[in-house]
Amino acid sequence: MSMENLINKYFRPGRLPHIWCPGCGNGVITGCIVKAIDKLALEKDNVAVISGIGCSSRASGYLDFNTVHSAHGRALPVATGVKLADPSLKVLVVTGDGDATAIGGNHLIHAARRNIDMTVVLFNNSIYGMTGGQYSPLTPQGSKATTAPYATIEPAFDITELAKAAGATFVARATTFHAQILTDLIAKGIQHKGFSLIEAVSGCPISFGRQNKMGGPADMMKWQRDHGVMLAAWNKMTDEQKAGKFPIGVLHEDNSRKEYTEAYDELIARAQGGNK
Amino acid sequence: MSLKIITERCKGCGICAAFCPKQVLALSEIEKIEAVHEENCIKCGQCELRCPDYAIFVEK
Repeated sequence: MSMENLINKYFRPGRLPHIWCPGCGNGVITGCIVKAIDKLALEKDNVAVISGIGCSSRASGYLDFNTVHSAHGRALPVATGVKLADPSLKVLVVTGDGDATAIGGNHLIHAARRNIDMTVVLFNNSIYGMTGGQYSPLTPQGSKATTAPYATIEPAFDITELAKAAGATFVARATTFHAQILTDLIAKGIQHKGFSLIEAVSGCPISFGRQNKMGGPADMMKWQRDHGVMLAAWNKMTDEQKAGKFPIGVLHEDNSRKEYTEAYDELIARAQGGNK
Repeated sequence: MSLKIITERCKGCGICAAFCPKQVLALSEIEKIEAVHEENCIKCGQCELRCPDYAIFVEK
């Protein structure tokens, strides 16, 4: 299906043009999400897209699936409820770096710990864009923000390592430059039974790029091209070569752990069967 | 016509023009994208892939 037909099929085209700033990567990531859903030939009614609050979380309003635009940081608890109510649904969570790792940081680690079957697409633009460029837990150390005019002194989370440590069973990363890889990773995340997190590195030319003199939207995309390294190449690099760069691809996959709704169904059967 | 541009959706970010290998695209006076050398288009789809606003499509 052509991209134009995909937009007409899976978006609410009447809501376009979207609210995102010129050159914002969020549109590319949202496009990758629908391409992944189309690739897997999922029925629209069998997909639920839950988002929190922030630039990224506006995506649920443009998509024509079962959608909830929930409260700040609370996309994962809402998604957990949706998944437990109907485990047959394919649940996607659309969230941003601030939404998922600061306000909703606790929900993120516990959803990962439970290994509940859902796919989190984390739009990482390194900043709180909507509120005017405050630094988030994923803002790289040494970057400027409106709340860090002399540059932030805090080290950033590596969210893929955090998710892995918390128990996520599928962890991947790509960028808006690597849009085809991102589509494949989202599709793999949806197919994976368990908690999947895909970090989508996105450019925010207005609130992050401008303060950090990164150039225009195309320059930020070229930065992603030059700093994102495929995992196979990354593994052969020396620590010196790795400095300032990041790996992309499937970073962690574990199919040995039980999925939460499955364990919950077993609990129900055990409780109703009367055997202790 | 191999390129379809939906001008109302274009915000003039210039990503498509920067990644076009044949310099087919350029921003107009009102900062909307237009195909200035459409005859050079090789339909590679870079513009469609990278457009964050779903404003340009390659018709094959």
